Amino acid sequence: MNAENIANPKVVVKDLNFYYGNYRALNNINMNIAEKMVTAFIGPSGCGKSTLLRTFNRMYQLYPKQKATGQIILDGANILDPKQDLNMLRAKIGMVFQKPTPFPMSIYDNIAFGVKLYETLGKNDMDERVEWALKKAALWTEVKDKLKQSGTGLSGGQQQRLCIARAIAVKPQVLLLDEPTSALDPISTAHIEKLIDELKEDFTIVIVTHNMQQAARVSDYTAYMYLGDLIEFGDTSTVFTNPKRKETEDYITGRFG
Amino acid sequence: MMNLYTRRRIINVIGLVVSMLAMLFGLFWLCWILFTLLDHGLPALTMSVFSEMTPPPGSNGGLLNAIAGSLMMSLIGTLIGTPIGILAGTYLAEFGQRGWLAPITRFINDILLSAPSIVIGLFVYEVYVVHVKHFSGWAGALALAIIVIPIVIRTTENMLRLVPNTLREAAAALGAPQWKIVNFVTLRAARAGIITGVMLAIARISGETAPLLFTSLNNQFWSSDMDQPLANLPVVIFQFAMSPYEDWQNLAWAGALLITLSVLTLNILARVLFRQSATTH
Repeated sequence: MNAENIANPKVVVKDLNFYYGNYRALNNINMNIAEKMVTAFIGPSGCGKSTLLRTFNRMYQLYPKQKATGQIILDGANILDPKQDLNMLRAKIGMVFQKPTPFPMSIYDNIAFGVKLYETLGKNDMDERVEWALKKAALWTEVKDKLKQSGTGLSGGQQQRLCIARAIAVKPQVLLLDEPTSALDPISTAHIEKLIDELKEDFTIVIVTHNMQQAARVSDYTAYMYLGDLIEFGDTSTVFTNPKRKETEDYITGRFG
Repeated sequence: MMNLYTRRRIINVIGLVVSMLAMLFGLFWLCWILFTLLDHGLPALTMSVFSEMTPPPGSNGGLLNAIAGSLMMSLIGTLIGTPIGILAGTYLAEFGQRGWLAPITRFINDILLSAPSIVIGLFVYEVYVVHVKHFSGWAGALALAIIVIPIVIRTTENMLRLVPNTLREAAAALGAPQWKIVNFVTLRAARAGIITGVMLAIARISGETAPLLFTSLNNQFWSSDMDQPLANLPVVIFQFAMSPYEDWQNLAWAGALLITLSVLTLNILARVLFRQSATTH
């Protein structure tokens, strides 16, 4: 697994195991996530790719019976350490979900909500930040005249870009995308893929996707997972054109999964 | 052997006819009740109903003191019961996943929800009226509040559970602490449903008679003193309808129509409100 020689990784995963109750969903995962690159997790349903993504911001802690062991190191600190301040951690790691999740408030407040958790900005600064985030998420021109309207009134693709804007408005370092386009039409998907390409200049991006073409299009590194194991991890062109493991090749060529 | 398609059609027709009949049977009684109510209530519903006090038998009068008493007690009962109900329902839906307190609370609440209202009246009589040694509007409001609480708890919890978990996760992923997630995201998303629940609770208590018989009792005169016995529509209806005097009976019909109309309005309002929010989310 040549991805271990990623120079200067942003996130290092060491001996990670994950449990849903007694069921072990991830087995000894080791991987490095390259800074300001796009890393894609692919694999059939139930392989653990979303589970792995959700350990990066300890989302599993919302649920009583889920736990993780091992280490995930971000900037020298272990994310999984219970002493790590969870909310400060989540400020550094943004997340966007499969289904768009606009909050029941105005477009403006959707974005200001996260920012207000960490910063006290004056009205002008907040206006600027909202505009900056919406521009980054390529949504500004569509919503600039209706910032006071409810975020739930936007189209699905717009809602998803609003969620991306909301996530980057707090200026995180890592952006987790959990199948961000699987509920969207092809045009919105193309929008978001283009956006991912632009966002990697500022953010380290990890994306879970069911769509192998999408992984091939947007990512620099690809991890293939199966039944909780990391089968193969390497730069995307190698994984897709010259996979080392037969399982990866079978999946990518559609003989399996 | 008839073919499969014909058989399915016949079964379909039979099913449809049976359910239509069942619906008509149910509607028949409802329409009868409404018709009788309108027939007797509308003629009795004059201006003096809203401007005069409950009369002694044989003289003219209205229901003003009873309407005012009902409004006061319903309002205060709702004001006491709603915050408690919303807070408790929020606890059950948002904070009570781990531990034993929530399941027990939920179970007791279910019992309270289906408790006969006369039991609640007796309870307030025992713990409050007996000690202050007189019936009062406060006691009535308290009994109504106890009826409001379980209804609001149940609807609040149900409405919060309808909020998709992904919304909570999205707020948590931004690093919001739980109290902010609940306050600014999930309660807001469930707002219309919770308001609907409160309205249904008001509709429920506006017709309650049994708990008021033991608590606020009645008052023939104008009173806005919550610490004295207070007139209210349900008890007045109960008293007047059972009386042998025709003018009292007519007032009882007018009161019954008033309650029915206000409950109907509340129910329609609750539905419209809920539907509006369902389409915007």
